[in-house]
Amino acid sequence: MSADVRLENVWIRFGDFVAAREVNLHIQGGEFFTILGPSGCGKTTLLRAVSGFLNPSEGRVLIGGQDMAGIGPNLRPTALIFQNLALFPLMKIWENITFSLEVKGVGKRDRRKRADELLELIALTGQGEKMVNELSGGQKQRVAIARALAAQPEVLLLDEPLSALDLKLRQHMRTELRSIQQRVGITFIYITHDQGEALTMSDNVAVMREGIIEQVTDSTSIYDHPDTAFVASFVGENNRFGGKVVSTDNNFAMVETPEGTIDARCRPNSDAPLKAGDDAFVFVRPESLRYVNGSSLDNVMKANVYHKEFEGQFWQVFLDVGPQRKRVKMSFVNDGSDQEHHRNEDVHIGFSTNSAIALPQGALAAE
Amino acid sequence: MVAYWQEFFRRNGAAVALFLIISVGFWLFMMIILPQLFMFDFSIRANVPPPKFGTEEHFYTTEHYRYMLFGSAKSTESFNIIDLTVFVRTIGAAIFVTLIDVALCYPIAFYLAHVAMGGWSRLMVLALIVPFWVNEILRAFAFKIIFGSAGVFNNVLMAIGILDQPYDFIRNDIALWAGLSYAFILLMVFPIYNAVESLDKNQIEAARDLGSPWWRIHWRIVIPHAKPGITSGCTMVFMLTAGALAAPQILGGPSSLWFTQIIYQGFNQAGNWARGSAYAIILLISCIILVLLLMKAFKVKFGEMMK
Repeated sequence: MSADVRLENVWIRFGDFVAAREVNLHIQGGEFFTILGPSGCGKTTLLRAVSGFLNPSEGRVLIGGQDMAGIGPNLRPTALIFQNLALFPLMKIWENITFSLEVKGVGKRDRRKRADELLELIALTGQGEKMVNELSGGQKQRVAIARALAAQPEVLLLDEPLSALDLKLRQHMRTELRSIQQRVGITFIYITHDQGEALTMSDNVAVMREGIIEQVTDSTSIYDHPDTAFVASFVGENNRFGGKVVSTDNNFAMVETPEGTIDARCRPNSDAPLKAGDDAFVFVRPESLRYVNGSSLDNVMKANVYHKEFEGQFWQVFLDVGPQRKRVKMSFVNDGSDQEHHRNEDVHIGFSTNSAIALPQGALAAE
Repeated sequence: MVAYWQEFFRRNGAAVALFLIISVGFWLFMMIILPQLFMFDFSIRANVPPPKFGTEEHFYTTEHYRYMLFGSAKSTESFNIIDLTVFVRTIGAAIFVTLIDVALCYPIAFYLAHVAMGGWSRLMVLALIVPFWVNEILRAFAFKIIFGSAGVFNNVLMAIGILDQPYDFIRNDIALWAGLSYAFILLMVFPIYNAVESLDKNQIEAARDLGSPWWRIHWRIVIPHAKPGITSGCTMVFMLTAGALAAPQILGGPSSLWFTQIIYQGFNQAGNWARGSAYAIILLISCIILVLLLMKAFKVKFGEMMK
């Protein structure tokens, strides 16, 4: 069973501090939904409002269409996986996993049986008698998931559960989490500041900044079609050119920048579409930049190679562009060919209009 | 072992290391072990005045221990009902007082550690400590006054119509229990507070999120975590209550005698240091056995309690 979650005009205030500002979200049943934002943006607060540990100052939280006002965390159809997992260190693994059944008064034999089933699901068969501190980080992680699933929640809430793991394990657990979600088919709401996690696992992503939901869309669109300057600068890497809009033409805008005039996509259907004379940022992904000969691309700039970094799979090239020597980053796949350009060499770089996006100037993510 | 001491000297420097060893050794040997050994020696010798110490009349004997059991040095026909009753009643009352303190202090400690916010919790700790600036004897007298027949409790209870005539809290030992419970309450609050405070709040929330009602959270999560602190508090309160003298002297009813008062009489009134020593040793060993049993029952080890 999976339920949809709806936040209607939710405000959460702590004294003068506003942790969530007019949040409206609709999370479909069975969806893997991620709330992505920098630390302190209010995403954990929002999750706590869904799990019932705090009440919104204003607005409603509905789970499966039912208003959750006045319903405590122990009575909501949600289960929360804590950032530090919060396993019970004085209980055996199987007791941890079936704690929710113990609460419901299920007999010991049935609990043991259910624990064994869940241990099999998380590939820890036969480890039920162990204590928590005898397991490795990844195993603890899986026990925490099993413990939450044992409660048969309709919505599983995950508060940065992978942040304590090392990189390899984290990448492995992403795949694991996604496949568990597809097997059990319940709604997952996942909180993270790691855009890699957000993009790889989610059906839909909400980007949050200072209590405000900036954009909600599927994980490819959040990368390719950001709505705001914040989303463009927070999700993935982006080169940013500041300037003034000279003219707009439906889906395209021409922006005058110190580095030259740039043709870029824009968002004519947004709430505040760009028009001539507006201050704008143009964002171009490092992987959209190319070396060019002559003017074979829509936008071409003169540049000077500053520094090259070899990352095995990729080359990262840093270049200075324009009179203000604006630093831009270009990255391309290492195909084994020689790097024809060297430090201090003058080159031309370019990008297509479609790979550049012009957005109204606004708050940016911290560098 | 040699390596340990070498490391100890190296880390602290010779002067500090020597000071630590000598001061701790002095405290341990001169203030604790030696007096107890003397006491034990007294308890197993005949009761003679000091000039006769070391003479033939100062022989070894178990008569004082036998006296505690049979009320006579020679006959074993009847038990020493009076002293045995006082002993059992003292231990029972000490256990009772310990239980009252656990029941009182666990909620206080939990509240301080996990519910009260910053400034408010510090204020509460202060409120717990400040009354203990008042001397123990004065506090006992204060209890005698408020539990007296014209004291606050009787006046209030009569004013609201629960009592028709003053209830004798003192004769019925209620003043004594209250006084003893209060006397050592900090020694229960703080060990439990320390233990409860170290519990990750997320564990409480996780249990709640998994559907647990509050009593089960305490039963399955908080109390198991706080067990070493609870045991540590119980140990101290029980030991000190069983060995208390001032509060029973002042708050005890006319007919109620505390075991320490019998020991006191042996030393100061009956002039029988030997018997007093024997009784003191009996009390000490009984208390140690009870504490060890308690630790065994709760599966707590010494190391955990000292955390």
